[in-house]
Amino acid sequence: MSAPNKQYDPKQVSDLSAEAIDAMVSAALAAIESADTLDQWKEVRLEHSGDRSPIALANREIGALPPAAKVEVGKRVGQARGAIKAALDQRELILIEHRDNEVLLAEKVDVTVPVDRSLKGARHPLTTLMERLSDVFVAMGYEIAEGPELELEWANFDALNFPKDHPARMMQDTFFVESPDSGALLRTHTSPIQVRAMLERELPIYVVAPGRVYRTDELDATHTPVFHQIEGLAVDKGLTMADLRGTLNHLAHVMFGQEIDIRWRPSYFPFTEPSAEVDLRCFVCLGDAESDLLDQCRACGGEGWIEWGGCGMVNPRVLVAVGIDPEVYSGFAFGMGIERTLMFRSGVKDMRDMVEGDVRFTRAFGLDS
Amino acid sequence: MKLPVSWIKEYAPVSASAREIADALINAGLEVEGIETVGHGVIGQLVVGKVLDIEVLTEFKKPIRWCQVDVGTQVRGIICGASNFAIGDFVVVAQPGVVLPGDFTITSRETYGHVSDGMICSEREMGLGDDHAGIMVLDHVNIGDNANELLGIGEQVLDIAVTPDRGYALSVRGVAREVATAFGVDFIDPAEALDPALGAPSEIALPRECAIDDFDGAKLLTLRTIVGFDPTAPTPRFMSSRLQACGMRSISLAVDVTNYVMLETGQPTHAFDLKKVQGPIRVSRARDGDTLETLDHVIRELSESDVVIADDSGPIGLAGTMGGFATEIDDTTVDIALEAAFFPADVIARNSRRHKLSSEASRRFERGVDRVLAPTASARACALLIQHGGGTYLGMTAVEAPMSETLIDFPLDLSERTAGMPIDGETVRQKLTDIGAVHEEITPNLVRVTVPSWRPDITQSADLVEEVVRLVGYEKLPSTLPGGLKSSGLTHSQRLRRRVGSFLAARGLTETLCYPFIGESDYSALRLPESDPRRLSPRLANPLSDEAAYMRTTLLPGLLLAASRNVGRGETDLALFEVGSVFLGNVQAIGVDPGVQGRPPSDIWEAMQSALPLQPHHLASVLCGASENMGVWGKPRPFDWTDALGFVEAIALELGVRLKVTAGHDPVFHPGRCAEFFLAGSDQPMGHAGELHPQVALNWNLPSRACAVEIDLDMLIGATPNAVAAPEFSTAPVAKEDLAFVVPEGVAASQLEDVIRRAGGERLESVRLFDVYSGGQIPEGQKSLAYALRLRDAASTLSAEQIAATRSSVIAAVEAELGGSLR
Repeated sequence: MSAPNKQYDPKQVSDLSAEAIDAMVSAALAAIESADTLDQWKEVRLEHSGDRSPIALANREIGALPPAAKVEVGKRVGQARGAIKAALDQRELILIEHRDNEVLLAEKVDVTVPVDRSLKGARHPLTTLMERLSDVFVAMGYEIAEGPELELEWANFDALNFPKDHPARMMQDTFFVESPDSGALLRTHTSPIQVRAMLERELPIYVVAPGRVYRTDELDATHTPVFHQIEGLAVDKGLTMADLRGTLNHLAHVMFGQEIDIRWRPSYFPFTEPSAEVDLRCFVCLGDAESDLLDQCRACGGEGWIEWGGCGMVNPRVLVAVGIDPEVYSGFAFGMGIERTLMFRSGVKDMRDMVEGDVRFTRAFGLDS
Repeated sequence: MKLPVSWIKEYAPVSASAREIADALINAGLEVEGIETVGHGVIGQLVVGKVLDIEVLTEFKKPIRWCQVDVGTQVRGIICGASNFAIGDFVVVAQPGVVLPGDFTITSRETYGHVSDGMICSEREMGLGDDHAGIMVLDHVNIGDNANELLGIGEQVLDIAVTPDRGYALSVRGVAREVATAFGVDFIDPAEALDPALGAPSEIALPRECAIDDFDGAKLLTLRTIVGFDPTAPTPRFMSSRLQACGMRSISLAVDVTNYVMLETGQPTHAFDLKKVQGPIRVSRARDGDTLETLDHVIRELSESDVVIADDSGPIGLAGTMGGFATEIDDTTVDIALEAAFFPADVIARNSRRHKLSSEASRRFERGVDRVLAPTASARACALLIQHGGGTYLGMTAVEAPMSETLIDFPLDLSERTAGMPIDGETVRQKLTDIGAVHEEITPNLVRVTVPSWRPDITQSADLVEEVVRLVGYEKLPSTLPGGLKSSGLTHSQRLRRRVGSFLAARGLTETLCYPFIGESDYSALRLPESDPRRLSPRLANPLSDEAAYMRTTLLPGLLLAASRNVGRGETDLALFEVGSVFLGNVQAIGVDPGVQGRPPSDIWEAMQSALPLQPHHLASVLCGASENMGVWGKPRPFDWTDALGFVEAIALELGVRLKVTAGHDPVFHPGRCAEFFLAGSDQPMGHAGELHPQVALNWNLPSRACAVEIDLDMLIGATPNAVAAPEFSTAPVAKEDLAFVVPEGVAASQLEDVIRRAGGERLESVRLFDVYSGGQIPEGQKSLAYALRLRDAASTLSAEQIAATRSSVIAAVEAELGGSLR
């Protein structure tokens, strides 16, 4: 390689005329344009922009030019080099994109192959349904209360105004637990949590209590000895049946939609007075008396309504048993079966599906119900 | 309870349909579960026919009868396969054109060599009952009678579920009162339809005496005596068909009348064969050792707790529950003692419960019978007996305890304050009148209500509020929401339990809610030694089965059973978990009954609670089969012990709790692949994880290498920080050093890691094991563990010298403390 021509040197190696420079640029641009691969592009770059390329050699000559010519020729060569570089860069981008397209195309996969490498997990729909029901109340300003499943008979019955020999105590087929003085049982409902809440919390009280309860029923398509309820309790000054109705209407609307039809029937629970049973319009036959479906409806037995839960104003005797003055405070309470609620919402037909732990049932619910 | 609509309408004269009446009752709080039609499916009229002639056809496999039956308009030849009737009997004939239940149209058709011109019917063929033993033979009827009317076919019957507080509704009287109120018509009270004096008694002999020895056992006893009764007199057809519609069988006139009157008025009565009764009839306590054979032929051992009906010979009936066999009415009974009494509800509830004997009578007494009804109901029964069975009435004897009425001072505005809707005083008074409650004004806003004798359930103002509001109509209640609520949301523990559940589900585990019942065999299958505290579980007094007699102390049996069930159904790749309560230890003596008259003192409440076993939340998991699905990534990796331990550590990490892991020794697990967890810095065990002992896996038919976890979730959550402290970290460059040490086989990885951490000091940002190797160039009894170390300074780039210094001190510490050397 010859040394840069820094000093004046009258020997002209390259033709620095405008025509010659233009010809160099034209030749370079044509070569660049014809490079189809990055490898060809590199050759073209070496040939037309490398140290030995005509334009590089021409550039070296500039230093040897008389000062008067330097400016004009320098400008001409500079522009030419710029044009070649721009063309190279542009071509390179195109060729890289072209190369990438080919490579990425070759790397194509079948995105329809199964990709579920992890086992599918799920929470039990009864759990998530209890959480969901609870959350409706938490959002309304309730807290979640809890209590033991193996419970004092006093809290499960006595304090809830179930007299010792009253048939109501017998209505709830109770698992009793062996103990020295037989005062313990498996809670037959979540209502003893009411008693605990009233003994342990400050007034006013607004709580819901989801939980597991027990009755001595053999497992079949519609019964299970172990099931779940959600209980609600409000004790405050001036609470009314209208407040209770509004609260349960809200819950039903959230869970079953604004259109759901709700019916209250007078009923009996020892721990509420007045008491009511809450029915929902049968989701199968819709209670349409004109329809032939109604008489044969297996969901509601032809009644057009399905029992959802019970409710009422806290019996003053219960308030007395936990030391709350019924002349000052009133309360309401309600309870629903979680299994029943899941059956309505999700069309579960057999109680055993919710009990046996078959993963094919549970996995279908994922993380919600 | 089933009641024919026509019977209700007798006392509540409404023209409404059965459906309308049912809806009105539902709104009033009587749950009508269904409306049935007697002989549902019978279309056309059945007639009574008289059998004139029977020719038995013997050439067939079974005896067939060719009968000539006179139906009034003609004599029909009918083929019949039954043989329980004779010439001269009256039978029910379905003539051609009649349709029987099951859409079975009767036609004249040739069969067994004759043209059968109709059908002789059995009970079941007419949809009246299940009796198919033979065809129905009728007494005291005439040829050509309308059998539909006789049998009550077409009668609509309400099936009503009565809640335990509404004993009065277990009668036509009670239901008709509700119907009359609902439709605004006058109620005709059957109890007022008859004069209890029943006309003048005959003076040919004195009525039998009666007595109450124990006024706690009975408040009122009446005894009416009838002599010269015709034991062969039939039950009138209207009565037997109503009894049948109510689900009771017709037995004999005397028994049918007592049942009929009970259904009508709600008052049970009992008819004794007077000749079998010795001396006065009394209510008394049994003596220990007495026995009584009740009508159901069960011999019952009595005790002093039993209230009985007795004569001079001893107990002749279990009061209010069931009569005795020895004094039963039979087909020779001509003299009758008709007993009607009032027994307090709790007395009969105890009688019934002690002898596990529930009868129509005991159901009514337990729920409360009208305190004053006995004389009226027995007058009604007596009149019916004499009307249909003849005989002479000798009069009534009676004993009664002083009676007190229930009075309630009832504020007229309490109903609207409770309901949250306007209910004016006038309406309140009207509703009180509707339920039969007399009331007088004390002040303009206060009335004194005399509770009707048939409503023992009404004892306080709240009970009256329910009466008022239900009669105004629950459907009128407005919908409002209470104000003044405040909530701190979920508790820390509630929130974290949810989070753990979601975390595990997201990691591929499926939540399973298992029954918490276990049996002795579960303990054995878990290989628990006799001394294992998990065998100390509360026992149920009345379990569904002996295999499920205990409450669980561990979640594992339930999960293992669920896993086994899934494997049996072909779901072999499983990761199940449960978060649930376990029950640790037996129930202790409670010792006190705080009653219900006020809040139990806090020390008593504490003592009561401490009698219950601890019931912490545990978290358990069972893993078996493949840990991932098969697919393009290659052969799925099976679950192993690292997964079991990994879930516990991952949860702890998620919750911000540091754990200590040691080799565990739980008989449930593989002796060499079990970890025991502790909270860091604590000696209290939190649970185990690892590979199940192969015998345990086998006991539940699970594949070998199945793994499990069980930890005390409450303990773990109890160790979580309330607020997470944010970490401080350096942005200086990291230096990475890999070090492999050869250490004796017995050194645990966690020990080596502890030494490295301590020696590495503050510069050691993290250390992670990436290889364990033994054999080859590693000496016998030694193993090589390779760690990746990340070093970083708090402020600046570490120099080569600093890195080398840390490295040397780690190596030196491992040498000094564990006898290890750099490989």
